[in-house]
Amino acid sequence: MSMKDGTLKHAFILGAFCLGFGVMLAITDQVTAKDIAARALEDKVNSLSQVIPASIHDNNPVNDSIAMQDAHGKELTVYRATKDGKVTGVAYEIHGSGYAGDIKLMLGVDAEGKVLGVRVLAHKETPGLGDKIEEKKGDWILRFAGLSLGNPLPEKWKVKKDGGQFDQFAGATITPRGVVKAVHEGLDFFAANRAKITEVN
Amino acid sequence: MSTPYKTIARDGLWDNNGVFSMLLGMCPTMAMTTTATNGLGMGLATAVVMAASSLLVALFRNQITQEVRIPVYILIVAAMVTLVDLCMNAWMHELYKVLGLFIPLIVSNCLPLARLEAFAAKEPVLPSFLDGLFMGIGFTIALTVIGAVREIFGAGTLFADASLLMGPAFKFMEMRLMSADMGVLMMILPPGGFLVTGFLVVAKRMIDLKAGKAIQMGGAHSVAA
Repeated sequence: MSMKDGTLKHAFILGAFCLGFGVMLAITDQVTAKDIAARALEDKVNSLSQVIPASIHDNNPVNDSIAMQDAHGKELTVYRATKDGKVTGVAYEIHGSGYAGDIKLMLGVDAEGKVLGVRVLAHKETPGLGDKIEEKKGDWILRFAGLSLGNPLPEKWKVKKDGGQFDQFAGATITPRGVVKAVHEGLDFFAANRAKITEVN
Repeated sequence: MSTPYKTIARDGLWDNNGVFSMLLGMCPTMAMTTTATNGLGMGLATAVVMAASSLLVALFRNQITQEVRIPVYILIVAAMVTLVDLCMNAWMHELYKVLGLFIPLIVSNCLPLARLEAFAAKEPVLPSFLDGLFMGIGFTIALTVIGAVREIFGAGTLFADASLLMGPAFKFMEMRLMSADMGVLMMILPPGGFLVTGFLVVAKRMIDLKAGKAIQMGGAHSVAA
């Protein structure tokens, strides 16, 4: 067999494996896509119910959403909780930059601009160190409830290491720093768009 | 040519253990052993991927030519990892929320690749599957032990959050051995990983020496002969 034939043969074998496994993955993706989307929606309903207490609304916030743009011009879906036709609270996704990429959080704010709650949706922080921002691994994330732009004062909206009032974790400062900043920016967004967010249509 | 099953099992679990003898897969070993539970989760996910990819490589061992074997092996491992990732996300969502973080890291583990090259490429399907499985279980044991030592000294707990990984029935495994203040933070940080792994490798070799066994020095090529 000449050198050229050999190269062709190897290329063919490699190509065949790529094709075969490509098809297999495409099929798996097709089969699982619906279930994965359903799980993602369940997670969303779940996280919404954690940041918006059931007592303050009589609608389903997942179905009452408005599309907005955040400070960076990115698309943002704001879920609204209403009671007797009045907006009592809203929830939307906020993003912090952590130690290993983006941290996705859900922030709930009441009509007065006070934090109802914050929960982590997705992150890639180091297991055992940065993942204490998850509610099930620690109660750190709960301490945001009730805070607002003026409480604490703007210069205290930082981790202790930076002179603020929020604890960092042993071995992980970047993660909580990113979360604190994201929550603060999330409240800024609410303050800047308050009229539009709470407007009843 | 076929290796007896007993040798395969003993090799994977102890004699030729992926971490303690061959010193392979150090990246996930260091990164994922901050707690025993993390080590266990990473180990189990790796074992599934190793068993599946060993089986596939053995199945196609006569079609995969010498020249393209490495890309094909990587393709197979990556495909298996993606497959496990998608299926777990869809049908084992609770487990996925805990393990999902680790799964993509398996591709960067050289232990599966080493076993494909050293074993599955030459042996029939069933022994290859068992080799992948037992190497994976051996890897799981190693990661769990390293994780347990680091967790005990670093955080004072053992198997913290095990119920998140395996369900509420395993809540009993979660133990607090010392107060959190007594933990040595360094053990959870990267240096602790190197120290604990090093000491455990020494311990394993001392046990082997006492038993009069020749020490199997590292090397992906040391197939059971």
